[in-house]
Amino acid sequence: MSDTISAAPAEKLTKKQLKADHPTWCPACGDFAVLASFFNVVQKLGIPHEKICVVAGIGCSSRFPYFVNAHGIHFIHGRALPLATGISLSRPDLHVFVFGGDGDGFSIGGNHLNHAARKNVNLSYVVMDNFVYGLTKNQTSPTTPLGRKSKTDPRGAIDRPINPMAQLVASGATFIARTHAAQVKHMNAMFERAILHPGFAVVETLSECTMFFPGAFDDGNPRKGGVFDLVNEEEQEMESTSAAMELSQDLSPGKFGVYYETKRDTKNDLERAWLTDAQKTVAGMSEQDILRQRFASMR
Amino acid sequence: MSQSTAHAPTDSPSSALRNAVIRLAGDSQDGIQSVGAFLGQLAGSTAQEVMTYMTIPSTISGGPSIFQVHLGSGDVLHPGDEADTLVAFYQHSYDNHLKTVKDGGICFYDSDQVEEVKEERGIIHIGVPFTSATIEAIGGTTKSRGKNIFVLGLLCAVYQLDRVRMSEIIAGKFGKKSEDILRNAMLAFDAGYAWPVHDIEHMPMAPGENEGDKRLSTDGNTMLSLGLIAGGVRFGAGYPITPWTTIMEFLRSELPKYNGMFIQCEDELAAVSLAIGASFSGHLAITGSSGPGLSLKSEAIGYACMAEMPLIVVNIQRGGPSTGLPTSVEQSDLLQAIYGSHGDAPRVVIAPKNVEDCFYTAIEACRIAKEYSTPVLILSDQAIATRLEAFQEPDLSKHWREPTLDLSERGADFKPYPLDKITKHSPPGARSSEGKYPVVTGLEHDEWGHPSGNPENHEKMTAKRRNKLLKLAESYGPTEIYGEESGSLLFVGWGSTYGPIKEATDRMNSEGQKVGSVHLRHVHPLPGDLAEIFDRYDHVLVPEMNDSGMYGYGQLATLLRAQTCNAKIQSTNKVQGISFRVLELVTAAEKLIANK
Repeated sequence: MSDTISAAPAEKLTKKQLKADHPTWCPACGDFAVLASFFNVVQKLGIPHEKICVVAGIGCSSRFPYFVNAHGIHFIHGRALPLATGISLSRPDLHVFVFGGDGDGFSIGGNHLNHAARKNVNLSYVVMDNFVYGLTKNQTSPTTPLGRKSKTDPRGAIDRPINPMAQLVASGATFIARTHAAQVKHMNAMFERAILHPGFAVVETLSECTMFFPGAFDDGNPRKGGVFDLVNEEEQEMESTSAAMELSQDLSPGKFGVYYETKRDTKNDLERAWLTDAQKTVAGMSEQDILRQRFASMR
Repeated sequence: MSQSTAHAPTDSPSSALRNAVIRLAGDSQDGIQSVGAFLGQLAGSTAQEVMTYMTIPSTISGGPSIFQVHLGSGDVLHPGDEADTLVAFYQHSYDNHLKTVKDGGICFYDSDQVEEVKEERGIIHIGVPFTSATIEAIGGTTKSRGKNIFVLGLLCAVYQLDRVRMSEIIAGKFGKKSEDILRNAMLAFDAGYAWPVHDIEHMPMAPGENEGDKRLSTDGNTMLSLGLIAGGVRFGAGYPITPWTTIMEFLRSELPKYNGMFIQCEDELAAVSLAIGASFSGHLAITGSSGPGLSLKSEAIGYACMAEMPLIVVNIQRGGPSTGLPTSVEQSDLLQAIYGSHGDAPRVVIAPKNVEDCFYTAIEACRIAKEYSTPVLILSDQAIATRLEAFQEPDLSKHWREPTLDLSERGADFKPYPLDKITKHSPPGARSSEGKYPVVTGLEHDEWGHPSGNPENHEKMTAKRRNKLLKLAESYGPTEIYGEESGSLLFVGWGSTYGPIKEATDRMNSEGQKVGSVHLRHVHPLPGDLAEIFDRYDHVLVPEMNDSGMYGYGQLATLLRAQTCNAKIQSTNKVQGISFRVLELVTAAEKLIANK
C-alpha cells in the first residue's frame, strides 16, 4: 500500500487539457455549470493532472467522468461512495472527487451516504440534485417535492422528500454545504472549500433539469425572481450540529453556503495510524519473515 | 505415564493404532472445539495427520454441537465415516450420537449427566464423572469449566498421546491468560490423564510417518487468508457472514503488518465496491462472503467482468438457499459463482480441495486475477473453512507474489481495452505521455473506454472478455488422474469432496476394480482435456453436495455434460449439510457399474 509516489510537477492545467468528450446533457442543463466550476477549481488549486480521480455511479450527472480528461471510473448505480472509499483509503496520494445525482446518492445509495459520512472518509462529493429522475425520463426522486406530478406519481408525489442537509448532519459528515448551479461564484467557493477540507465533504448543488423539471430552483435564483439567501457564517456556529439542524429545517429554497464544518480524524488517518503501529511490531522483518513467524505459531 | 490405570499400555508396535476417529458431543459452550483443536495441534507437531469436522448450532448461544477428530499416522483424507470413540457430555449427546460409533467401539460418557446406557453392538461403555471429577480436581464450584480439558487428559491417556507436548500446547494457550487459569487447566488435564479406565486397554497411536519438522495444523479459512497475503493481496473489504467471517477477522488484524488494510463495510454491496475501488487504484484487492452475500455482490461482479478489473472474491459455501443451513456444508453455489450476475459476464472460478490447498489456490487466484485482469472467485466451503488439518509448511521462497503498484507513465500506444491484447489498466497516479486519461467503465466501450453502442463493437468486446479466459484454460497443465488412468469408472469432483473421493478410489482399486479420480481446481473455465479422459472409462460419476435438480444432474455434472456432450456422465448428490462418507461413494459407484 505504497503512498510514496514521485511528486509530479504541479504545472497549471488548462481547460483544454481537462476537457474530454462533449457532455451529452440536454441543452441548458444545470450540470454544464457544475462541470465548468469543477474545471475552474481544479485549475486554481493546481492539482497534478494524474492525481485527479473522478468517480461516479449512474444517472445523468453521473456521466461526469466521461467529460473530464482525468483518471475516471464510471461505476454501478448507488455505489460511487464505497468505490471512492476504496480508492481514497488505498491511495491517499490521490484527490478523489465523486459526482452523482439525488437518486444515486439519496435513494439507491442512501445507506452508503450515512456510512461514508460517519467514517469521515477523505473525499469530496458533489450531489447534483435536480429533484427528479432524468436519465429514465421523469419519475419521482427522493427529493421530489410533495404534490409534484411525475410518471410514477401521476396524482402528485405522496412520499415526503428526504432532507439531505439534516441527514448529513445526523450521520456525521464533517463539511456540509449547499449551493445553486446558477450561482457560479458561490458554487466555485463551495467546491474549493470542500476540496480543501480534510475529511468527508459534501456539496448539495441544486442543478436544474430543464427537460423534466424546469424552474424547480427558480425560488433560489434572483434572476428568476427568487432569493439567494446566504448562510451568515459570522453568526452561525459552524461546529454546532444543532445549529446546522436548525438551518436545515426549511429548504424551500432555504439558505445557501456552509451549514456545518468541523475537524475530526478521518477514516484514512485512523486506519493509517493502526498500520503504522502494526508496522512497529514487525520492524526490521521482511514480509516473508512475518508470514514465517505466523506459520511458526501454528506448529 | 499414568500409574493408576488398570492395564499397562502395550508396547507392541503391531497393535498400535494407525487411525482413530474421536467424536466429542456436547453443547457449543463446553469448549469441545478447543479439545479438538488441541488434538489437532498435537497431531500437527508430532508428524501425524489430522482432519476434523464440526457442527455448530446457528443459534446465538448454546445448543448441541459436535467436534470429530480423525487422527492418523499416515494419510488422513476425511473426518471419518464412523467414530471409534464417542465422548458424550450430556444425555442428548449420548442419545443422538451413539449410532455414529462403530460396532465394538468405545463410548465415554459423563456419568454425572448421562443416565440411560444402552448395551448394543458390543460398544464398550465407560462412565466417567467429567463434571464432578473436574470440580474435585480444580476445587471450588466452577461448574462446567474445565471438563473439556479433563476429557482431553482422558483421551491422551487412552491413546497414549505425547503428554509432554500436549502440556506445552496447553501452556501456550492458557499461559497467556493468567496463572490461575493455566493451573486449573493443568489440574483438570492431569486428573483426566490419571483417571482409571479399567474396562479397556490403552490404545497407543502409532508414531507419525510424515517427514519434515515444519508441520502446521490449522483450518481452511486461516490458510486461505495466508495464501491471499502470500499472493500479494494488501487490501480487502467485507461484511460479516458465517462461515466467511473468520477470514475478514484474520485479515483485519494481519494485513496492517504487511502495510495493507482490511475494511469492515456497512453491507456486502459496499464491500465489493471498496474492493473494486482499491483494484481500480492498482492494488490487488479481495472481498468475500458466503452464499447470500455473494448474491448481493453479483451486480458489482458483473461490473468487474465488464470493466476487466482484477479482483478476488472468496465464497465460503454453506447450505442454501436463503439463510438455509448457515453452519453446514454444501456445494450449491457453483453455478452462482460461474454465472451469477447479468449479461454475459465471464469470470474465473477455482476451488481448493482441502485446508492445505487453500493456500496454493489463493496464490493462484491472485496470479490469474492480475495476469488476466479478471474477477476470480475462490469457492471454498464450510467443511474446509472450519476443519483442522496438519500438513507441511509452505515454502515461501517458491510460493510468494510480491505486491505491485505500477504507476509508470503510459505511452501513446496505451489503450485501456485493446482488442488484440489482455487489458492492463493504468491506475490513477500514472501519468500519460499524451495527456489523455482513461475512464474505466461498465458501459460497453470501445478500445479507448468511450461508451459505444455499436453492434459489432459489443460483439467484439464480448468475445475479448470470453477469449482471455479460454487462453487461461489453454495454459493449464494436463489434468491429473489419481488411481487408474483408464478403466471402469472415473470419479470427477471439486472442492471438499476430495478426501472421500480419493479414499473411495483407493478402496475400490484395492478390491480389484479399475477406478480413477479427477479433482478439479479449475471449475471455470474447465480444462480442455476432460472429454478425452472421460472416453477412457466405462462410467463417469460426479459426486456433489448439491441437488440433482430438474434433470437429474448436479451443478458440476451439468457443466461437464454441456462441455463434453458425454452421456456417460452421471451424478451422485447429497444435501444433508454433511460431507460424503466413503462408503456412500463406493456404493453409488458400484451401483452404476452394476447397472451397465
